[in-house]
Amino acid sequence: MFAVCADPKTIEGLTWAFCYLTSGKHLDFYGSFLTVILLLVITAPCALALGFGGATAARSQVLALRIIGKTYIAMVRGIPDIIFFLFFVIALDQGIEYLKSLAVCPAGSLWPWQGLEFRVCQEAKVPLGASSAFWHNAYGFALAVVTFAIVFGAFTANVMFGAMQAVPKAQLETAEAYGMSHAQVFRRILVPQMWVFALPGLSNLWMILIKATPLLFLLGVEDIVYYARELGGSKTQSYAYPHGDWRLIYFIGLLIFYLTMTKISEKVLGRLSANLSKGQATAAGEAMRRAGA
Amino acid sequence: MTCFETIQAYGLRSIGIGENLLPKSDFTLCQQFTLIGSGMIWNIYFGALALIAGFVLANALALAKASHSPWTRKPAEWFVFVFRGSPLFIQFFLAYETLVLLPRAGIEVFGLTIATSWTTKAWAGALFVMFLNTAAYSAEIFFGALRSIPKGDLEAAEAYGITGWQKFRRIQWPTMLRLGWPAYTNEAIFLFHATTLVFFSSFPAFGQKGDALYYANYFADKTFNPFVPYPIIAFYFILLTLLVTFVFGRINRHLNRYVPQNQRSRIRLRAGLIR
Repeated sequence: MFAVCADPKTIEGLTWAFCYLTSGKHLDFYGSFLTVILLLVITAPCALALGFGGATAARSQVLALRIIGKTYIAMVRGIPDIIFFLFFVIALDQGIEYLKSLAVCPAGSLWPWQGLEFRVCQEAKVPLGASSAFWHNAYGFALAVVTFAIVFGAFTANVMFGAMQAVPKAQLETAEAYGMSHAQVFRRILVPQMWVFALPGLSNLWMILIKATPLLFLLGVEDIVYYARELGGSKTQSYAYPHGDWRLIYFIGLLIFYLTMTKISEKVLGRLSANLSKGQATAAGEAMRRAGA
Repeated sequence: MTCFETIQAYGLRSIGIGENLLPKSDFTLCQQFTLIGSGMIWNIYFGALALIAGFVLANALALAKASHSPWTRKPAEWFVFVFRGSPLFIQFFLAYETLVLLPRAGIEVFGLTIATSWTTKAWAGALFVMFLNTAAYSAEIFFGALRSIPKGDLEAAEAYGITGWQKFRRIQWPTMLRLGWPAYTNEAIFLFHATTLVFFSSFPAFGQKGDALYYANYFADKTFNPFVPYPIIAFYFILLTLLVTFVFGRINRHLNRYVPQNQRSRIRLRAGLIR
């Protein structure tokens, strides 16, 4: 990348370290941190939306919706989530390919689940066998995001459902007494007030989501754990930058990354909690009012 | 092979007893149930031992965190922060890479050679990580409980002339356990769920002796059908969760035995979350 680094075997000391840390693989490694952050940025709103939908469905007046919502919330209870992660990725992948095969495969194709194999015709492969590595990676990442969103959506739905129940009943009844419809009560009274109750649970979930990101590695995405293992492993003289087994150092780097993320999140969420508590009928809100008065 | 023979052949496969080769084709439902169930031995081993050892350390850490002296408080706070702030997954990797770096031949201490190779095996290394991890999480729970002991209880104890160690043993500690127990039950459940990560992160399974998820994944890979093995392991884990809830519920009842009916703390299950 840099002219100095043209022949890595001849350089030493700081220059070597500089060239080593800016090698192509390392730039990919830094990029994979963005992958993790991208996953967080996409998953969090999706899970929030799914959770909101799930919680709303669970307290709906239509029985069918209520059952769907409650099942979705109960789905993740009692089962280790890593099982969901492994299950959903394969199930989604096969589901998508099966649906596509219905549309594009020639008539008379075999049922895809044949004994020990899952086979669809060439045209139904997602992504197509001929497409570039980028599309394969992007598809893997998208599957991971959807899986994370579904699993964390269920956790979020659980938290939101609790928060909706926690809004004082008197408030809702007062609103109804003023002649608001169900939708209006929901929109104007329930939703604005539920956040302060949901926040402790949601911030807990955010912390857990951060700590769940290394599972991307299990789903086959080339994330930071993948690169830390690749780059840290000992390199013989045939490599441009030979070195011993440095995986420990790389993993300490990852540890520091996660600890920093946790610390920053703690700070930001603490602020948010203080903001949301303003003027609320809770202990924290009351303490603020007293301090101000 | 009948189902009974399958159970004989594979029931203890995960600890190396029974048939050496795993089934390669014509997978029956019985085989999947048996092998995944046999893998549960490891999940229970990791979970139970880490929980028991972690409980002791967690109590010490909680007290250290609540102490006035910064020399004991700060290390405990850092320990808890590091283990709660980073993914268990990374902790497994880190521990494994550290243990691998230990000299193969063993360490010489005063002429004695201490073998090190066993520490890189899952049964020891992973257990150690889980022990530290659950200790940190439980310490935070017990610390919170310690701080929410009613002021009146402590003042009453002092009024009776109970101080120091007596006060701790007879008033503070039982109350701390009682208040923290519902949260601690959830922690125990998460811990059992987290045991599935062991063979999935860094610790290799020798001779295909793995935990429940290892076998479930084996079947899913071989049959390309996730719809059978994963629900089976889910079923086993729901059973395990019910068992843990039952045992911890009994202990909770014991801890609450002298509290008036309407003030007893109840265990509420929360959704299982990753750490």
